[in-house]
Amino acid sequence: MSQATAGNVPHSRFATVQYLTCLKGILVREGLRYLNQRERFVSSLVRPLLWLFIFAAGFRQVLGVSIIPPYQTYVLYEVYITPGLCGMILLFSGMQSSLSMVYDREMGNMRTLLVSPFPRWFLLVSKLLAGVAVSIIQVYAFLFVAWLWDVKAPVQGYFLILPALFLSGMMLGALGMLLSSLVKQLENFAGIMNFVIFPMYFASSALYPLWRVQESSPLLYKICLLNPFSYAVELIRFAFYGQIEWLSLAVVCSFIVLFIAGAIIAYDPSRGIVVKKQEGGNT
Amino acid sequence: MHRHMCLLAAAAAAMPFLIQPAWANMVYVSNEKDNTVTVVDSKTMEVVKTINVGQRPRGITISHDGKLIYVCASDDDTVEIIDAATNEIVGSLPSGPDPELFVLSPDGKTLYVANEDDNLVTAIDIEGKTVIAEIPVGVEPEGMGVSPDGKTIVNTSETTNMAHFIDTSTHEITDNVLVDSRPRFAEFKPDGSEVWVSAEIGGTVSVIDNNTREVKHKITFEVQGLRSEQIQPVGIRITADGKKAYVALGPANRVAVINTQTYEVEKYVLVGQRVWQLAFLPDGKTIISTNGLSNDITFIDTATDEAIKSVTVGQLPWGVAVSPN
Repeated sequence: MSQATAGNVPHSRFATVQYLTCLKGILVREGLRYLNQRERFVSSLVRPLLWLFIFAAGFRQVLGVSIIPPYQTYVLYEVYITPGLCGMILLFSGMQSSLSMVYDREMGNMRTLLVSPFPRWFLLVSKLLAGVAVSIIQVYAFLFVAWLWDVKAPVQGYFLILPALFLSGMMLGALGMLLSSLVKQLENFAGIMNFVIFPMYFASSALYPLWRVQESSPLLYKICLLNPFSYAVELIRFAFYGQIEWLSLAVVCSFIVLFIAGAIIAYDPSRGIVVKKQEGGNT
Repeated sequence: MHRHMCLLAAAAAAMPFLIQPAWANMVYVSNEKDNTVTVVDSKTMEVVKTINVGQRPRGITISHDGKLIYVCASDDDTVEIIDAATNEIVGSLPSGPDPELFVLSPDGKTLYVANEDDNLVTAIDIEGKTVIAEIPVGVEPEGMGVSPDGKTIVNTSETTNMAHFIDTSTHEITDNVLVDSRPRFAEFKPDGSEVWVSAEIGGTVSVIDNNTREVKHKITFEVQGLRSEQIQPVGIRITADGKKAYVALGPANRVAVINTQTYEVEKYVLVGQRVWQLAFLPDGKTIISTNGLSNDITFIDTATDEAIKSVTVGQLPWGVAVSPN
């Protein structure tokens, strides 16, 4: 009951400044948490770099060459998978924030956040924005190391991908948030790894061009086309070369709305999944 | 009013930048397999026209005034002449059998042709369309280079593994320089001090001193992840300032960029499959490679040495020539 009233507090009395203060608070908390977890930073950097240096090095001759948009000429495999690896960072980061939400819930921090008088959707979106900001920093750190390794895109591409990274990060972060409402305990998170992260990453255009997937398995090709992660990767890939892939943009934006709406409903105490689960758990 | 004047003045100042002279040089690519020459606009990087030519077109070059294009129609045993204005064949030259590659003298009057099957180099007077000389060389002659002063031509013979230096006034061989296996191409440095000869099977480029006629350096190549036999140097081009050389590496699908002072490879540029010949645009800012097995050509920016765009042409593109300004 108390939760329900917390959600129903009238918000009209809050000024924009107060909203911003709240946003800042959440951003700073996420930022500090990220900075204090140096291992997390290192692991978020090492994972894509391993793919880039080891996986890509082995596959550069196997996969052959072909020109597909947005590329105008032949590219090395390292160059091809870089946007996919940016997507991978966003995906892992999104899931990591979801993990931290489950943790927060178990530790009781979530309650502190959710009893704040600000509207629930605002709190969730702020948390999402904080997660995305942190993951974008990780992407740029990765791109910097890749650049040192001579895996380069056009210079302007590094600026142009920012909106694409933001949107893709929002989509994956919102998905993580939605999932976090479904995961009851921290231990269950391994399931997310197996059933969400890996299928999403592998059944996408991140590692192989879709025409090549289609050659070997038409079914997998269809799955890849249904995977929103493919569109996030393509959005980033085209942005690197100053182009907008409209279909990907539309798909990513739609999924952002869908996932955020889902997360807000799931976290809504009056009708959310959280509350239902708790009720289910108590009885 | 004043503001309008300012705007007009700004627009006028910007005009020269907006309407830069559109020096669209035409790029002519000989397609060995489908017997055509593809014409590509260098500005838009798009195919403009396809010209049907004789059988198995390989060597291709353009007159210094840009009006005529010469193509070796190897299996028709002739050199065909294309009018660059109409893109139609307007005549032919008596090349001798199986012409593969040739070089135009700096004065534009003589064409020196390598006749692969007859172990000859044929010198053709273009205006009179007559053979001036037939010079016996090694077995399977192919590469042809001419010194900037026009006094010396270099022919490479694939099986004899030699670079033959020929005096153009006497049409006699003056020097034979042994290089590595299957020499494909010879290119003089713009100052005439060196001749660079690529060896396809040997996998090297021999730098020959034009004064001593001795190999002074051998350039080797190494591409990460490729077996050494996949690296087969063919076409060579050296920049007008003589500072950089570009070598097409055949099935390695790379063009090597070499510092001509240190003879070190500075970069490998990824292009299409089985890269064969190269040509600069007249401003030297772009070099174009023909990629035989992927049926395309790649434009490479020589400032950054990065591939800009690949354009599909005919089947098995072999040679490339660019119209002058």
